[in-house]
Amino acid sequence: MSILVIAEHDNAALKPATLNTITAAKAIGGDIVVLVAGSNCAAVASSAAAVAGVSKVLLADHAVYANQLPENISALVVDIAGAYSHVLAPATTTGKNFMPRVAALLGVAQISDITAVKSADTFVRPIYAGNALATVQSSDAVKVVTVRGTGFEEAAKEGGSAAIETLSVVKEQHIAEFVSQQLTVSERPELTGASIVISGGRGMQNGDNFVLLEKVADKLGAAIGASRAAVDAGFVPNDMQVGQTGKIVAPDLYIAVGISGAIQHLAGMKDSKVIVAINKDEEAPIFQVADYGLVADLFQAVPELADKL
Amino acid sequence: MKILVAIKRVVDANVKVRVKADNSGVDLTNAKMAVNPFCEIAIEEAIRLKEKGLAEEIIAVSIGEKACQEQIRTALALGADRGIHVEAAADLQPLPVARLLQKLVEKEGIGLVILGKQSIDSDNNQVGQMLAALGGMPQGTFACKVDIADGRALVTREVDGGEQTVSLTLPAVITTDLRLNEPRYASLPNIMKAKKKQLDTVTPEELGVDISSGLKVIAVEPPPSRSAGVKVASVDELISKLKTEAKVI
Repeated sequence: MSILVIAEHDNAALKPATLNTITAAKAIGGDIVVLVAGSNCAAVASSAAAVAGVSKVLLADHAVYANQLPENISALVVDIAGAYSHVLAPATTTGKNFMPRVAALLGVAQISDITAVKSADTFVRPIYAGNALATVQSSDAVKVVTVRGTGFEEAAKEGGSAAIETLSVVKEQHIAEFVSQQLTVSERPELTGASIVISGGRGMQNGDNFVLLEKVADKLGAAIGASRAAVDAGFVPNDMQVGQTGKIVAPDLYIAVGISGAIQHLAGMKDSKVIVAINKDEEAPIFQVADYGLVADLFQAVPELADKL
Repeated sequence: MKILVAIKRVVDANVKVRVKADNSGVDLTNAKMAVNPFCEIAIEEAIRLKEKGLAEEIIAVSIGEKACQEQIRTALALGADRGIHVEAAADLQPLPVARLLQKLVEKEGIGLVILGKQSIDSDNNQVGQMLAALGGMPQGTFACKVDIADGRALVTREVDGGEQTVSLTLPAVITTDLRLNEPRYASLPNIMKAKKKQLDTVTPEELGVDISSGLKVIAVEPPPSRSAGVKVASVDELISKLKTEAKVI
């Protein structure tokens, strides 16, 4: 068996989600080939070649792949997919964008967001916001799979010395154009990779109050997240949303502040190792999953926490 | 331009589902069913485009058992002009669903398809992208802003690091994210009027689509449960527990 892993990157650096996906590929078993498609992304290919367990890196370096437009990326992947038993990509907004397209063009099912590998054709994935786990089996010739990062450890970044092969095929579909992007710039760790996350909900009352969480985050080296209620209310941007339809996180420590604990939020964080809830409503459902619950007014408790850490 | 909106009948978002004892699926007996929340946003967006004069007709389609006509009627009450019910099993996989929709896109001469980005039951997030691929169409997934001008769709998308804007030729496929709009409620007169709107039923056989899938669900199990921990009395106790007991800071 040979497994194609599509690397997630920003043309400059390999994203950690790729490393979790490589671990999922190892669990399936077989040669692991990593495709780096982008523009001026040779450095990414070098990083991918150094990852332990990777046997070959394919580099498709061309302007048409610069922004991961799914129309172009899927055409490229389909062009080479025939040689593989599996095609894997991280279940990020990038992977979720182009992978169903790859599957449809190949005429096979796509398996979303796997959290475990049972065998080469059988996988586990959460459904109903994580309230049930489905075990699914594929009889398709090529298994097209997206991998939830929290289900798999990161593969070691060093230890590999794979050869890099250049792909010259250029697939441009001329139906979609990249216009612009507005990316959030933050000094803090990325939400999905952080070992500590502190999130605020509707109880924060407004966006300015998130500064209270920032003080705790600075002390702990934590990332800051939010519930959908806080995002919908316009307190903070959508890329901070943790939950069923936002980011899925599983840090060592998750601190939920002023978050009631709706099913949709729990879906995004309940696999965290230790959960702390700070909420003034002692009946809030978040306390049913929290290891440590503090019933308190967050506007007193959070500044106190920041001072005493 | 004709807009096709695909909607799915799902369990209401506030219902906490339980897995059946035989692990064959989740128990939906007597559960409240509703239009998938992302599909409601898709209907609303289509209606707004029509109100701006950018679309002549909105067709709402749902694929599933007869009961999903209820959700099509909801779409008609909100402002869709007519409905199509593709009568099939409720649990079709995304690829056959996309193939059925593609047939309707061809047959009806659709200029824009709007769908929810995912359904809150199977959480797949696939149909829109698959439909776009099958029809050779561009896609604007996870949309938080949509403009139609000069024969193109300008779509701003919610992505992991922030937002991205793409420009698409038409016909195109758009899938909705939560912040695209706030869906309206149907008025009583419109609910009454919706009962008289046209609703056609077709079958996959009539559309010439094979609805088999290479994917089989073997078991559905409850996730490992997480039990409630302890309540701490103060911030000091919390810090001490995190340091000495949980050892995470």
